[in-house]
Amino acid sequence: MYKASTTQFYSYFKYIGFTLMAISLLCLTVTLAGGNTINAVVWGLSGIGLLTTGSLLVIVCSRLPKHVAHQNNGIWQKDATARGISAWVLGIILTSFYILLYWFPDTLHGLIIALEPLSQGLRHKPSDQWFLYGFFYTLAVMVMGVHALLKYRNNPYHLIRTCSVIFFQLGFAFLLPGLLLAFNQPEFYFSYFWPLKYDYLFPGTVGYLIDNGQALGVFMVFWGAVLTFLATPVLTYFYGKRWYCSWVCGCGGLAETAGDPYRQLSDKSKRAWQWEVAIIYPILGFVIITTLLLWINSWSGGSLLGDLSGGFSKSYGFFIGSVFSGVVGVGFYPILGNRVWCRFGCPMAAYLGLLQKHLSRFRITTNGGQCISCGNCSTYCEMGIDVRWYAQQGKPIIRSSCVGCGICAHVCPRGVLKLENGPVDGRYNGTTLIQRDSLNILS
Amino acid sequence: MQHDKHVVVIGNGIAGITLAQKLRARSDCRITVISAESPTHFSRPALMYVYMGHMRYQDIIPYPDWYYKEQKIEQLHDYVETIDFETRTLKLQHSEPLTYDQLVLATGSSAVYYNWPGMQLKGVQGLITLQDLELMQQQTNGIKQAVIVGGGLIGIEMAEMLQSKGIQVTMLVREKQYWQSNLPEKEAGLVTQHILACGIELKLQDELAEILGDETGTVKAVKSKNGEMIPCQFVGIATGVKPTIEFLKTSGIELGKGILVNNFFETSIKDVYAIGDCAQFKEPAPGEPALEQLWYTGRQHGEVLAAVLTGDRKPYIRGPWFNSAKFLNIEYQTYGFVPHTWDEQRYSSLYWEHPAKSKAMRFFYERESGNLKGVNLLGIRFRHDLCHYWLKENYTIHQVMEQLSAVNFDSEFFQRYEPELLTQYYLQHPDRQAPAKQQGWWKLRQHFSLFSETPDNC
Repeated sequence: MYKASTTQFYSYFKYIGFTLMAISLLCLTVTLAGGNTINAVVWGLSGIGLLTTGSLLVIVCSRLPKHVAHQNNGIWQKDATARGISAWVLGIILTSFYILLYWFPDTLHGLIIALEPLSQGLRHKPSDQWFLYGFFYTLAVMVMGVHALLKYRNNPYHLIRTCSVIFFQLGFAFLLPGLLLAFNQPEFYFSYFWPLKYDYLFPGTVGYLIDNGQALGVFMVFWGAVLTFLATPVLTYFYGKRWYCSWVCGCGGLAETAGDPYRQLSDKSKRAWQWEVAIIYPILGFVIITTLLLWINSWSGGSLLGDLSGGFSKSYGFFIGSVFSGVVGVGFYPILGNRVWCRFGCPMAAYLGLLQKHLSRFRITTNGGQCISCGNCSTYCEMGIDVRWYAQQGKPIIRSSCVGCGICAHVCPRGVLKLENGPVDGRYNGTTLIQRDSLNILS
Repeated sequence: MQHDKHVVVIGNGIAGITLAQKLRARSDCRITVISAESPTHFSRPALMYVYMGHMRYQDIIPYPDWYYKEQKIEQLHDYVETIDFETRTLKLQHSEPLTYDQLVLATGSSAVYYNWPGMQLKGVQGLITLQDLELMQQQTNGIKQAVIVGGGLIGIEMAEMLQSKGIQVTMLVREKQYWQSNLPEKEAGLVTQHILACGIELKLQDELAEILGDETGTVKAVKSKNGEMIPCQFVGIATGVKPTIEFLKTSGIELGKGILVNNFFETSIKDVYAIGDCAQFKEPAPGEPALEQLWYTGRQHGEVLAAVLTGDRKPYIRGPWFNSAKFLNIEYQTYGFVPHTWDEQRYSSLYWEHPAKSKAMRFFYERESGNLKGVNLLGIRFRHDLCHYWLKENYTIHQVMEQLSAVNFDSEFFQRYEPELLTQYYLQHPDRQAPAKQQGWWKLRQHFSLFSETPDNC
């Protein structure tokens, strides 16, 4: 595995990969800049093809020859993963992309045109900025999904989980909505529910789905409501919020694949946790109030509240839906870590978290007195949970924010942590092999 | 203990800091922790991860500053020069002298050197302290080859660290296999193969004879006892540790290899105690070592002494031994007592090994009584609580086998190999019948009352 010739072989292909990526950036820039003068489809699709091939080559050649125990080597010593200059540059590029996408889509005209054949093929509709976004999002999850699969290749939990998020992104959040459009049905994401996809239970969306999709529309509304109010509590009771946040959700899917190299950047301080509580629950409240106001307004025929509910809905859409979940949530991956939106903003995470903390069989158990306080678990917790605090006291970890990604158990060098679903009875009880501190970190 | 009493702890390792924490939980006395090494407690076993870039130094600090403020534990970053036991005064290098009512020595260990020629050369060092880590970062910057002397836990850690920087590593190991003084032959063989497969060169049954330097006083090669010359720019010394007690040599306190203590951690001087790596038991329990140089025992010493100091005078009883480590990618756990060789007449064991030579389990027991003595695990995680209770309650191997399905602690979706071990068991004990129903963990934990609030070791 470490023979010189093999190493050389891998590094040779890695350089080819980097070259392909450089050429692809050139192609994409040309597409973006000269959308009207050149053949955008040829340039754009070549760029995308080269980008995919190039990055896959780089990923395979840098991950595969590396021992599974060495996958995190140098993370805190590399510019790109330790908030260096390149991290800031990437953060600015990502953030700019979101700003252009949301507010100045015309600037992306070239790229949008490039995807025209794909859009027509899949959806029988012209390409638009959201198709472009969905396409790149899915591509990122798939390419970086390969990265995650190789990095965690010795751990079946992560292999299955990564395949699951790739499957849900590709099938439920890209192909299926596209096919619905092709059959002249309303576009619908079966893997997103209220309150994350807040407008799925707004009267406007419900009315639109029922009028335009008839039987299928009724089913979509029914599906969304059942998943939100019935399946979510039941599944969370059995498995914790992880069944959604790190197995199904698209935001989680991007965080677990494209965002994986940045998980160590999440803030672990007590203050960050206080901010988390101060932001995430008000956002959940905001969604609930907005939804209620919209329904009251709809039932009263608009006579009761006038424009108020519409104002609520627009503000939520702008500040939370666009700015927070997109621009900050993903744009700041290289600086603030990969779960900023999930941690501080997502109302679905808040809802699931309340269920997880109070009504769930899920917990992370700690293994007797084995913890050496090394801190790998806390460092690699994307949700900023101080896992070590619990482990060194032999206490099970039950936190509303834990998304159950399982990386803490993976990086622990002493086998101290395990994600488990057990009886609710006595789930806070820890080991008797360590004396526990009465002080609570959350005080 | 009264609040006007002053307890001074020398050393902020796991033993010293646990003592301070547990003492605070029981008393509002004044507590000062002194360390010359670092301003605050850090996780020593995690130093390797800082070098490898998995974490930064601030990530291996288990308790943030607000914690010590809230707990009113004073931390002093200073070096203790001498201790006057008569006047109960510590002379410090930078600060004013400090007086104590109770003194706890938790000074830890330092590397053992065997007077090799050339060991003073630049590029030769051990790895124990934070300063060692910083030195190692400097000394290995940009080098190509390194030699590690000694085949123990620090040795393999250093090898892994160096390898992460692309440095070619050779280990000099005295025994036939890596760590054979601790592991039975099969386990040692498995780990040895794994180390070799990872590209680390092992020179077995060989020792360091001499370190050679160049004209600038930097190491350029080592010569082994077998006469081999190995070029290198760094030599890691991992031939063991000894208690750090030099500054006490003339103080009048009773010393052996370490600071001699009884089972209450009391030294020969009143109100002076010693815990952790630097303490040596005057009368260790039969079969137990006088020096316990482990993270876990350090923590337990701290817990027990905190009780003793606050009037809860119960002797230290270690209880079933345990330890864990990681050899590159293979995790190692051990519970109870598994010797490296044994008398086949008296003892027997159940051993299973994965064909890929990456995982193994061994249950070691007395042939006659069937009593379980210990468990060795490679690449498989077991539940500490359950193993602890098996050993503490003197389970026989037959009783253990009935609860075997409850013991695995591997992540979800990992393949379970306990059934293969059971097959092995029925082959070795054809008279035994399969239990009617294997027990699950969630039921068993009630049975053992694992979740009582009273810690087991105090």
